[in-house]
Amino acid sequence: MFIINCPFCGEREQSEFKAGGEAHIIRPKQPTELSDDQWAEYLFMRKNIKGIQFERWNHAHGCRKWFNLVRDTSNDEIKAVYKMGEKPPIK
Amino acid sequence: MTKNLRVKTGKAIDETYRISFKFNGSTYYGFKGDTLASALLANDIHLVGRSFKYHRPRGIMTAGSEEPNAIVQLHDNSSRTEPNVRATEVEIYEGLEASSQNCWPSVNFDVGGINNFLSPLLPAGFYYKTFMWPASFWEKYEYFIRKSAGLGKSPTKPDPDIYEHKYIHCDVLVIGAGISGIMAAKIAAKNNLKTLLVDEKPNLGGSTIYQNSDHFKINNQNSGSWVEKEINEIKKLENLEIKTRTTVVAYHGYNFLLARQNLTDHLPIEQRKNKTRHRLLKIRAKKVITATGSIERPMIFDNNDRPGILLSSAIKKYADYFGIACGEKNILFTNNDSAYETAISLIEKGINIEAIIDNREEINSKLIYEVEKNNIKIFKGYTIIDTSGYKRINKISIMQLSKDGQKVVGSKINLSCDCLGISGGWTPAVHLFTQSGGKLRFREEDQVFIPNTYPSDQLSIGACNGNLTLDEILRTTPESLIKFLNVKSSDYDNLEVLSEANKFKRNIWLLPSNKVLGKTKSFVDYQNDATSKDIKLALREGFRSIEHVKRYTTTGMGTDQGKLGNMHALGIISETTGTKMGELGTTTFRPPYTPLTFGTIVGRNVGEYFDVIRKTPLHDWHIDNNAEFENVGQWKRAWYYPRNTEDMHQAVQRESKAARASAGILDASTLGKIDIQGTDASEFLNRVYTNAWSKLAIGKCKYGLMLNEDGMVYDDGVTTRLGENHYIMTTTTGGAANVMSKLEDYLQTEWPELDVYLTSVTDHYATISVCGSNSKKIISKIITDVDFSDESFPHMSFKNVKIGKISCRIMRISFTGELSYEINVQANYGKSVWEKCMEAGKEFNITPYGTETMHLLRAEKGFIIVGQDTDATMTPIDLQMDWIVSKKKYDFIGKRSLYRSDTIREDRKQLVGLLTDNPDEVLEEGAQIVGDIKKSPIEMLGHVTSSYFSPNLRKSIALGVVKGGKNMMGQKLTIPMEKKNINVTVSDPVFLDKENKKLNA
Repeated sequence: MFIINCPFCGEREQSEFKAGGEAHIIRPKQPTELSDDQWAEYLFMRKNIKGIQFERWNHAHGCRKWFNLVRDTSNDEIKAVYKMGEKPPIK
Repeated sequence: MTKNLRVKTGKAIDETYRISFKFNGSTYYGFKGDTLASALLANDIHLVGRSFKYHRPRGIMTAGSEEPNAIVQLHDNSSRTEPNVRATEVEIYEGLEASSQNCWPSVNFDVGGINNFLSPLLPAGFYYKTFMWPASFWEKYEYFIRKSAGLGKSPTKPDPDIYEHKYIHCDVLVIGAGISGIMAAKIAAKNNLKTLLVDEKPNLGGSTIYQNSDHFKINNQNSGSWVEKEINEIKKLENLEIKTRTTVVAYHGYNFLLARQNLTDHLPIEQRKNKTRHRLLKIRAKKVITATGSIERPMIFDNNDRPGILLSSAIKKYADYFGIACGEKNILFTNNDSAYETAISLIEKGINIEAIIDNREEINSKLIYEVEKNNIKIFKGYTIIDTSGYKRINKISIMQLSKDGQKVVGSKINLSCDCLGISGGWTPAVHLFTQSGGKLRFREEDQVFIPNTYPSDQLSIGACNGNLTLDEILRTTPESLIKFLNVKSSDYDNLEVLSEANKFKRNIWLLPSNKVLGKTKSFVDYQNDATSKDIKLALREGFRSIEHVKRYTTTGMGTDQGKLGNMHALGIISETTGTKMGELGTTTFRPPYTPLTFGTIVGRNVGEYFDVIRKTPLHDWHIDNNAEFENVGQWKRAWYYPRNTEDMHQAVQRESKAARASAGILDASTLGKIDIQGTDASEFLNRVYTNAWSKLAIGKCKYGLMLNEDGMVYDDGVTTRLGENHYIMTTTTGGAANVMSKLEDYLQTEWPELDVYLTSVTDHYATISVCGSNSKKIISKIITDVDFSDESFPHMSFKNVKIGKISCRIMRISFTGELSYEINVQANYGKSVWEKCMEAGKEFNITPYGTETMHLLRAEKGFIIVGQDTDATMTPIDLQMDWIVSKKKYDFIGKRSLYRSDTIREDRKQLVGLLTDNPDEVLEEGAQIVGDIKKSPIEMLGHVTSSYFSPNLRKSIALGVVKGGKNMMGQKLTIPMEKKNINVTVSDPVFLDKENKKLNA
């Protein structure tokens, strides 16, 4: 069970958080302009990486804020935590 | 009474405290400090159980938690009986009753023993191979397999004991209180680190505590006395908490560990009352030091499983610690120096040793010279090739090993004995380390896996780190601890260590025999009866991965998880396939390290504490008025209110009729309520609902449908505009929390520019819905200063009102199709407002109705319930709710998905009404709907989602989803049930008052 450093509250147990899938997928501003394939790309396609993965997490049983987290899925090491809208601190 | 093999006062035994216990119905005696295993051995009982597959007689093999054979059933009480308990871990207490498992009618005469003679017919994968054909017979096979499978008996009644969970946070957790763990705890605690030391045994000191040989000394005292002084010292340390009888069962990521603390199992039964039995410790440690020691390896030879065959180290512990001779004619069999430590202990206590068989040809160490001085015959370069004795070993046969160790040479020598100690060297206990994600490396010189890379802030020390001798431990451990903890300590500087064992070992995974492999039974996994033959068979049949071989042969899959034999299985695979051990790897070590009872896992979360129970502000009224309750998520909702002898059907029919004919009242407080404020609130609603919100006037209400981005219906409810920038949204009861999360997600991540604030106010309000043709009259009686005319207060509008001095919001909205009013009032006034409604409605026979009637009334009107009539595959178009999807809005959540190639298909499942040919026949919800019943295979067109007998229409009505149903109005379909086929006609889903006249009645 991870310890996650919420950017608003500090270190908390994983049980306070909810995982929210891949990060940095931006909702298209003009969905109606998109073809079925383009829309499906946004809607369904997600990476499932062994290694460094960018994820969304929500401090659901805390401040309820969403934020981003970089995790190495091979060993669950959390490399970085940063707020929504911020650029990832690592590549 | 049998013999008494107590030879000398053991370190652990209090001979002034005699305890009686029962084993298989007979009464025996032991002393305080005995385990069930030691007490049985003291009574010369070796035969304890039968093996799993062949029902071979089995005895006590070890003195610890790695025990594969001596597993027993405790108690025969149907609520407290416990199967698969290791006799080596049960501390005896007054009232203990234990019995053998897996045997019938008794452990001495077991009918299942026939399997031993049938064993040529029961190879690895027997069940997979045999019961595959014919497939239709599987159910019959399964019955017999289930009957003969399983080890013990489970309790049949709820567990009456108390369990609890506790969180512990510490700087340093030390697992294992052997010599290494004690040093670690001392260094950590003395450096102001909050330290927790745990050990599965009732005492501290590991195997060193009973070491009193002159061959192992620290600072010129024997190592046992030295460690005892250390223990006395650490017990005084302020920063150190010590927990014995505490087993770390799981080591998860980020140094999160679970441990089971056993609090009462060792107490006499009458002292356990009202005490917590086990405590599950949830430990989060900044640093973890694993000092779990090592487990002695058995050796693999023909018939290596007979009662009377023990690990050599276990014989030593029974002698030194419990003061017991495991036999009167002992033989030791070894490939390393450990067995000589056992021999010296036995000699010192006057226990007879017949001979020592040593795989090694050239050996020299001071231990061996000492044994030889006592005129004990040592067969050097020999191996055991067979044993005999059905219920107790009585003879071994030995032969000389060839130079390469691949075969036996010379002639067979028979030696008689009643106890055989075997020592195949030591396996570091790396289970917890690997559970934590640690990676192992294989050390070729002594054929052991040891920790290599650590995934968290942790350190393995002592034997579990591959330091298998006393001098290695004392030489390296203090230094690595100081470095790991980043502290200063001079406690263990300049220790003088005498450690006279020689490390040389002759490792042969599968010992050669004079028989061909097919004729031998050399057990690798004792509990599951997996032999070396089975492993070789699996390899011949093409299994290569250790994980596959494990599952095919069941090696390592018993309650002991292969703590003894797994290494041999790997070794045999490695030798047979020519793959290096290091490349082969190990099977996965999964938690728990030793089994836990379910009670420990659930703790206090049983019965009413299993989950949160949410009650509405009107809950007590419902109870006082005889309501039956239904669980909706965590909520308790009034389901129906039976009167006199009414059953549910009768009550619902009465409530439904009354609600339309005159007046009904419903507690709708569980509906989710979200307060939405901000200058962009209208725009926000535009984006999250399918319909348009900007033009909704203040004081007006509107029904909204919310989709997922994939276009599927997610939630619905009425939202009211309270002010220019202020709305109150209602959601479904079950969807409230998810809708709130979803809205917050979009606001924070996709549309942070919107000025919108969300507050969940579900619990702040009681919601009371009064419906029916007389509802207006009732409401007007309690709210006298409001004009309830259609002009002033039309359908889908809202007013702030006062009932007495109580401020309320009242909405004229309807989920029943009747004229109805919904009063929202601060929760703590809920009951008084409800009672006022009841009082005012008395003359109109106002009838409280529950969720079942609510469901029926809305079904008459064809209103959907999200989650009942929809699943995550229904679009608003599928629901025939095209009217609510705005064509003008540029975008809303899910809009683009409504015209994907899949969502515009004509043959999607669509919501329709279903009318049975026989109006009295009520369909079953979930029943499948088909077209042509004669067509094979029958095509499933859909299923029934809601079904009721409508008292107001006096006929059966149902909603269902049917492929292409929208274009099938009037068509006949069939619903095949177990005993008959029911014919239905597809209809409009609105069954009652299609023109909505009643809303304005």
